[in-house]
Amino acid sequence: MLRLLKKFKGLYKYRALIRTLVGRELKARYRGTVLGFVWSFVNPLLLLTVYTIVFGFILRPRDPSFDKSPWVYALFLFCGILPWQVWFAASSQESANILIAQGNLIKKMLFPTEILPIVSVTSNFIHFLFGLPILLLFVPLMGKTYTPYLLFLPIVILVQYVFTLGFCFLISSLTVHFRDIKDILANLLTFWFFSTPIIYPMTFLPIQEHTLLRVFLNLNPMTHIMWGYQNCVFYGELIRWKRLGVTFLVSLILFFIGYYVFDRLRDSFPEEV
Amino acid sequence: MPAIKVENLSRIYRKYSEQHRFKTFKSAILKGDLFKSLKPDEKVVALENINFKVEKGTTFGVIGENGSGKSTLLKVVAGISKPTAGRINVEGKVSALIELGAGFHPEITGRENIYINGVMLGLSKEEIDKKFNDIVKFAELEDFIDAPVKTYSSGMYMRLGFSIAINVNPDVLLVDEVLAVGDASFVPRCLERINEFRRKKKTILFVSHDLITVERICDQVAWLKNGRMKGIGDPKRVIDQYVQDVKSKKETDFEQEQKEADFQGDSEQERRENRWGNREIEIKKVRLKDLKGKEKRVFSPSEGMVIEMNFFAKNHIRDFVFGIGIFNSQGVCCYATNTVLEGYQSRSVEGAGKVICEIEALNLLNGTYYLDVAAHRQDGLPYDYHRNLYSFMISSNYTDSGIYRPQHSWQFSPSIKMDQQK
Repeated sequence: MLRLLKKFKGLYKYRALIRTLVGRELKARYRGTVLGFVWSFVNPLLLLTVYTIVFGFILRPRDPSFDKSPWVYALFLFCGILPWQVWFAASSQESANILIAQGNLIKKMLFPTEILPIVSVTSNFIHFLFGLPILLLFVPLMGKTYTPYLLFLPIVILVQYVFTLGFCFLISSLTVHFRDIKDILANLLTFWFFSTPIIYPMTFLPIQEHTLLRVFLNLNPMTHIMWGYQNCVFYGELIRWKRLGVTFLVSLILFFIGYYVFDRLRDSFPEEV
Repeated sequence: MPAIKVENLSRIYRKYSEQHRFKTFKSAILKGDLFKSLKPDEKVVALENINFKVEKGTTFGVIGENGSGKSTLLKVVAGISKPTAGRINVEGKVSALIELGAGFHPEITGRENIYINGVMLGLSKEEIDKKFNDIVKFAELEDFIDAPVKTYSSGMYMRLGFSIAINVNPDVLLVDEVLAVGDASFVPRCLERINEFRRKKKTILFVSHDLITVERICDQVAWLKNGRMKGIGDPKRVIDQYVQDVKSKKETDFEQEQKEADFQGDSEQERRENRWGNREIEIKKVRLKDLKGKEKRVFSPSEGMVIEMNFFAKNHIRDFVFGIGIFNSQGVCCYATNTVLEGYQSRSVEGAGKVICEIEALNLLNGTYYLDVAAHRQDGLPYDYHRNLYSFMISSNYTDSGIYRPQHSWQFSPSIKMDQQK
């Protein structure tokens, strides 16, 4: 444990390198295409449109909080899809490949490997940040108002950051040994997406009435993180402190486990990638 | 205070079997051996019990055949891979020239790559600002520095990589064979830079196959063979040991090859093609020996050779000639002679006997040579003619060319100043 803490201290030393590499990642992504910035939002916007049409206009939102309006529902959707798709899913998928893709750095240079997942999570976090003003712009457009609870947003973001980082450490190091994790991950993410209250609210009556379903959703850490975003932006309510606090603890544990696994497997990377 | 100190260093690589390579997470979970499959199946010892010290300000060379562990040693000293056992201590900032431009990103410009690579090598932004012009100038990329690196030629790529690494201004420089790919004008400039390092009393660890450069620039040399240190110390002595070892290995290889060839060559077909004559005198056996009488197959150019032919004559024969011929691998006859040409007049022969031809010094160049031996009548009718059935090899450090290497030496008048490298 102490050894791990010491290593985290070392990470701080590499902040200049992390900054530079994140900058490189962003530049490289936006250099190749004229509409680079737009491209990274095409996928979430497409999802948003499809779900709005299907669940907003065709099936009609039944939960009272949506006022029977597809547009209000669209805003609710956006609150979840943006952090999930642009940040969490993108980072996980990138991390599954990053050690292998950057094999040259690991094999041929004295390079702190743990930086790679951090760079991946951070650069996607910045994409998410770019998307945040768009989300906030939608709030009045869809007939909602800004509330002071928006100020709690950074706390939710912090929890998601720790959770995503832990998950990415785990994924990136295991993929080096088990190449099929990449394919498993793609399916897992789809399943996980629907097991998280993103296209439906946690307060939905059928969920609250069904014990098994409720317990299952509550066990999913991403539930509380997404709920946190919805509380801050959509509902304009105080975030559920206890739930988010426990989630933060879980995230920290995942982070330590992820980093521990990564650290244990680290020496095998130069030979295996 | 040594700049690099390596104690009892061992590095064991884990080797995973073919089957394991294709094992997936799915199957590991299904079989319930997730942890077992993370364990290696076999171990390969890349370095075993290596000990050495490099004093500050000296240049230390590492030589050895491919796969002897040189690069592993360099990577371990650089900190890229971890030692399995033992300790390494390196004083000061290290820069490793293992692969030039390893961290470049193809989509972004040379300018940005210099900054990113510099940060990776441990420089701050301000330090890079200061060195930026030197880096670009040394790499001769003034006109292309704002083009994406993917548009660079491989030479430009390498120059930029070298230029950044050398401008990091490390206390300890690790160089691994990177100069082997440079063009004729860039390599001398790189070597000049490395020399400048030496003059500044910085420490260099130099891995190379280029023995001449190693001998010229290194203060000490270590020779690795199969992961073990076979020799360390004075460059000339260690390089000599290494060259000797390579030569004796060549000899064993050649003999092995010959044995296999002899074995296969026994087929009737081949024998008939390369051997003809009525066998009234039959050459039973041919041996190649050195002047001391030891049978061998690999000679040095200045060495002598004895060709020994055992024959058997069925009848009493009055008219006969023995001859030999030496051919190189292109089929050029380097030398041929026979007993008549040398003034011997045959009188008689019967039963078993032996003919010996002694060559005082072979004076040939490096390569494989084939030998003809024959017994025939003076008018040319063959008794037994063996065409290219025997071979030997000349091996040396000389790189001269031609067919024949006369013993020679150079002399210069005092107005000529020259240094001899060897």
